[in-house]
Amino acid sequence: MTSAIATTGLTKRFGKRTAVDAIDLDVPDGSVYGFLGPNGSGKTTTIRILLGLAAATAGSVQVLGERIPDGAGTVLPRVGALVDGPAFHPYLSGRDNLVRLDAADRTASPADRRHRIDVALERVGLAAAAGKNYRAYSQGMRQRLGLAAALLRPRELLVLDEPTNGLDPQGTREVRNLVSEVATAGTTVFLSSHLLSEVDQICTHAGIMRSGSLVAQGSIGSLRAALTTRLRIDTRAREDAVDVLRRMGLGDAVADHQGVVGELGSAAAEDVVEELVKSGIPVRQAIVERPGLEELFVALTGEGFDVDE
Amino acid sequence: MSTSDLAQAAVPAEPVDRTRFAVPGRFLASELALLLRRRRNLAMLCVLAAAPVIVGLALRASSSSDDSGAPAFLGQVTDNGLFLGFSGLMLLMPFFLPLSMSVVSGDSVAGEAGSGTLRYLLIVPVSRGRLLAVKYASCVLFGLIATVLVVTSGMVAGAVMFSTGDVTLLSGTSIGFGETLWRALLMAGYAAVLLAGLAAIGVFVSTLTEVPVAAMASVASIPVLSQILGMIPQLSWLHPWLLTDTWRVFDDFLREPMMTDTIGRGLLTHVGYAAVFFSLAWARLTSRDVTN
Repeated sequence: MTSAIATTGLTKRFGKRTAVDAIDLDVPDGSVYGFLGPNGSGKTTTIRILLGLAAATAGSVQVLGERIPDGAGTVLPRVGALVDGPAFHPYLSGRDNLVRLDAADRTASPADRRHRIDVALERVGLAAAAGKNYRAYSQGMRQRLGLAAALLRPRELLVLDEPTNGLDPQGTREVRNLVSEVATAGTTVFLSSHLLSEVDQICTHAGIMRSGSLVAQGSIGSLRAALTTRLRIDTRAREDAVDVLRRMGLGDAVADHQGVVGELGSAAAEDVVEELVKSGIPVRQAIVERPGLEELFVALTGEGFDVDE
Repeated sequence: MSTSDLAQAAVPAEPVDRTRFAVPGRFLASELALLLRRRRNLAMLCVLAAAPVIVGLALRASSSSDDSGAPAFLGQVTDNGLFLGFSGLMLLMPFFLPLSMSVVSGDSVAGEAGSGTLRYLLIVPVSRGRLLAVKYASCVLFGLIATVLVVTSGMVAGAVMFSTGDVTLLSGTSIGFGETLWRALLMAGYAAVLLAGLAAIGVFVSTLTEVPVAAMASVASIPVLSQILGMIPQLSWLHPWLLTDTWRVFDDFLREPMMTDTIGRGLLTHVGYAAVFFSLAWARLTSRDVTN
């Protein structure tokens, strides 16, 4: 599988501060890649370098098989991007803003511009407000216009930096659907976010940033495998249940106010339940707790809400 | 967001031919339209167009007996209204025309950077060199529009308010209407070249900051500084190279034959200013990180 984005040792320093520290991104072709990390962990800086807006201090960047920034002129027309929030001319309408961006694109056909703009506005649900001045748009509408700009042409890669910022729950769902739809059609999506549920639901791959370093990367499955699955048993007979669980090899089985819980390890949940019942322990409920990205994220980046230095 | 019926729009693009739709001037036209649609710029153009009219009205209202302290031209306006076009340019060149250019050129790159639209233009992609060329060209065209507007407004207002006819030049000879228009056009063109020199400085300053107002103010102060330096006799060696040294030679267009020495020097120094500062702007913009 080739890579839509591949970096080696990508580093960005601002003076003494290292914002991005030797990261090796590998975004497979056709994947939906969630780029996660707390605020200030270097996500947006990385994206700016990927798009040729900023120069890397060290390391190399390849996007769609071309080196950045040298190949930016041939690569960027195939890339749609939303970086660090939408930005448009306030006194132009949404549509006129798109016309302006398209007029600046030497590789876009003026013949079907109107049609492409209509389709893009329609896709982000902004067709009705296309004639309004950008300054009259709400935060959510601005975000949608930014997405429309990214979708002005068929793209091989979409780079979306916090695409659901400022959107209501309905809008968030629409963006998720849009991303899935675009991905189904074969476009690779590189999605930065700090909303884990968002990434959990639509991503096939993820990379996790912490203080400028990429601390984990891989398919969602392989990332999850790194965490242990736990079995929770809801029962009155907690003491006895803990004994059985320990006997079955569930290492750190403990009782808590709801029942007992232990790391499942290599044991099968069915066997454990069967053993419990055989031992005369009434089992009200048995739940296999698979770790979500959230657990992984917290395990890798720490619980705190502190912004990274 | 409607769903699957539009999904086919997202098929991966075929390899891109970079120059397939490279119609030169499409981006420039868009840029110029944006410039001329801004209310602030329109207001400046309105003031520029109104200034010669106001001067004409003032001249008409006054009894015209006392014009001792007035510039050389103004007295002639009442004899021949077409002179109002020339006078307008002479009156506005020291201050208001360069101020307008400072606003437009100072805003050119800094305005896009400040509002964040610069990053979206660059990822369209627009190469930084092309962006700078389009920004500079639109400033130069704005300057040309402004100077032609001033001359046109002055000549039309003058023709309405005063008598017209053959124009008597400063050297005594008369020229016909066609020749008068030609000289007016030359003067407007010359003023536009002067403004183009300032525009290059403005675009350069504009690449240094993300705060457009700071860039505008800095650029506006440059002609003032230049004029102050021009008044210090000890710096006379510097004077021929000052930006504003050739900003008041419009008389030379109205002699027969035209005196082209100072005009030529003005054109040369301003092309020089434009080359130097455009290069600096290019060096700056192509090497900087766009972090806003």
